[in-house]
Amino acid sequence: MCGIAGLIHRDGAANIGREMTDMLQALKHRGPDSTGFALYGEPGRNEFVMRFKVAEQEDMDKGFEIHDAVKQRRATVEERLKNLGVNVIDREDATEYAYRYRIQHDGDMKKLADFIEDIEGTEIMSMGNALELVKDLGDATVVSEQYGLGKFRGTHGIGHTRMATESDVDIRSAHPYWAYPYNDIAVVHNGQITNYWMMRREFERRGHRFMSSCDSELLAVYTAYNLDQGASLEDSLKQSVEEIDGVFSYLVATKDELGLAKDCMAAKPMVLYETDDLVAMASEEMSIRAIVPHEIDTWDPYNSEVRVWQA
Amino acid sequence: MAGVTTQEVQEQKSHDLGMHTESLSGRTQQRFFDIEKLGEGGFGYPDAPDVDFNKRAEFDAAEMDTKDINLEIRNLTKQGYGTIVVKNPGAKHSLGVGLLHRLNLIFEGSLGYFGCGLTDGPNVRIHGRVGWACGENMMAGTIVIEKNAGSQFGAAIRGGDLVCKGSVGSRTGIDQKGGTIIVGGNTGSFTGFMMQRGRMIICGNAGKNLGDSMYDGTLYVGGEIEDYGVDAVPEPLGNLDKAWLARKLKMYDMLPANGVDHFTKVVSGKQLWNYDNLEPNEKKLVL
Repeated sequence: MCGIAGLIHRDGAANIGREMTDMLQALKHRGPDSTGFALYGEPGRNEFVMRFKVAEQEDMDKGFEIHDAVKQRRATVEERLKNLGVNVIDREDATEYAYRYRIQHDGDMKKLADFIEDIEGTEIMSMGNALELVKDLGDATVVSEQYGLGKFRGTHGIGHTRMATESDVDIRSAHPYWAYPYNDIAVVHNGQITNYWMMRREFERRGHRFMSSCDSELLAVYTAYNLDQGASLEDSLKQSVEEIDGVFSYLVATKDELGLAKDCMAAKPMVLYETDDLVAMASEEMSIRAIVPHEIDTWDPYNSEVRVWQA
Repeated sequence: MAGVTTQEVQEQKSHDLGMHTESLSGRTQQRFFDIEKLGEGGFGYPDAPDVDFNKRAEFDAAEMDTKDINLEIRNLTKQGYGTIVVKNPGAKHSLGVGLLHRLNLIFEGSLGYFGCGLTDGPNVRIHGRVGWACGENMMAGTIVIEKNAGSQFGAAIRGGDLVCKGSVGSRTGIDQKGGTIIVGGNTGSFTGFMMQRGRMIICGNAGKNLGDSMYDGTLYVGGEIEDYGVDAVPEPLGNLDKAWLARKLKMYDMLPANGVDHFTKVVSGKQLWNYDNLEPNEKKLVL
């Protein structure tokens, strides 16, 4: 059991950092192991935000050498960015092991991502004009305070509270997943994908990278592949309902869209609330109530249902 | 060890391995009904509170958790309140569960999962929406929801009327064993899955696999049926069906303007439950 949530402000930017924190905190009972946010702020002109980590949180408690290793890894990242001609506008230390860089780069983003992730323990959590992806161990309040998300303004976002069932409790297995190497695409998922290994092998043969053993990562790779092939987000979601086996509800966010898909059995929950100004969705209504306290009309999407909203 | 026999050692080892019997103690959960007292109030539970419907109480549940809300309802019924209004339930889970006595319970707002499950007797009205598995295992009474409901609506109910004036999710009335489920709008896939008894009225459309593997019972659908499940078959709507549908829907102010003549009646083909007695070539025909 995990919890997922998403929201879109149709009337412009709002404090989505605080709102997503409240929504995910209300879903803590569905998964206390880790929490993740994919928040979409105002797109920066000709610049990207790169969020990356150079170690797992649990690594930091294992001896003194890791602290030196973290510094060394970060120095290597800096060196490689310099070699690739990346202009770093701003650096922010979210934690000792996770960072937020504002960068300018005209080159190949996949090459950049591959160069950075080649460094031991290093993983790019997200890259994009608007997307900022934060995930770590702990509940929503803990992660939000740790990464200073309380004042994050943006138009839309998705999030996840994880109960680890089939992979480890660590950051690399936490959601959301960035759809490497495509900018501004993130995925959260609640369910089990039963043809995960078969599809993973297929994508690995095509050269796609998997950073974890979590079946949800497949959805990010799958979406990235489909969009790269020219499919629209809606096409990709519809195709996934046919091709992916198992029980699932999942959300995909891009710079200007947010979509959801449910499996053909409607076995995983999702509740929708939609007005002219706001669209909110979550595994349970109490999550939506965390930001809309008054009485509201909500409904469940049906089996195989796919929806896409413009953000 | 001196004084300890081989048999005692073996017995101790067996005991440690869990190979022993224990006499359990504790309060029994069985309930016994006294046939002699039937005339004094029917099949009431021995510890059911005697409530007065004219005695009304209300409380605000906005800052309360599930346990406290349910305890407050019980405390009020013990004080004889027969009409209880819960304000701002806030879509919390498992509210109003396990009520085994007469009561008018009104929720002014929405409930989360498993709302009003395991009930036997109360009349509940919910001025909002309910999440998954509302009314699960209800034995008697009525639950009326003014808005939509989630999946597994009325799972395994044994009796009573469970009414949703909006639309419901998937697997409505799964494993239904009695009672009546009424839906004003649409229902999702696998509605009436493994239904065993009782009746279900869907005024709107039904999703795929309607009545899949149903043993018995009757489904009435006013809108379109996406497709039938295994062993669910349509049957002509008789005059008795029409009279019952009209009466039942009128009770909840849900009778369609165009009446009930357009409803499709769906029953079990009763081939699957006799599956083991079929010849191999007949099994192919059934499936």
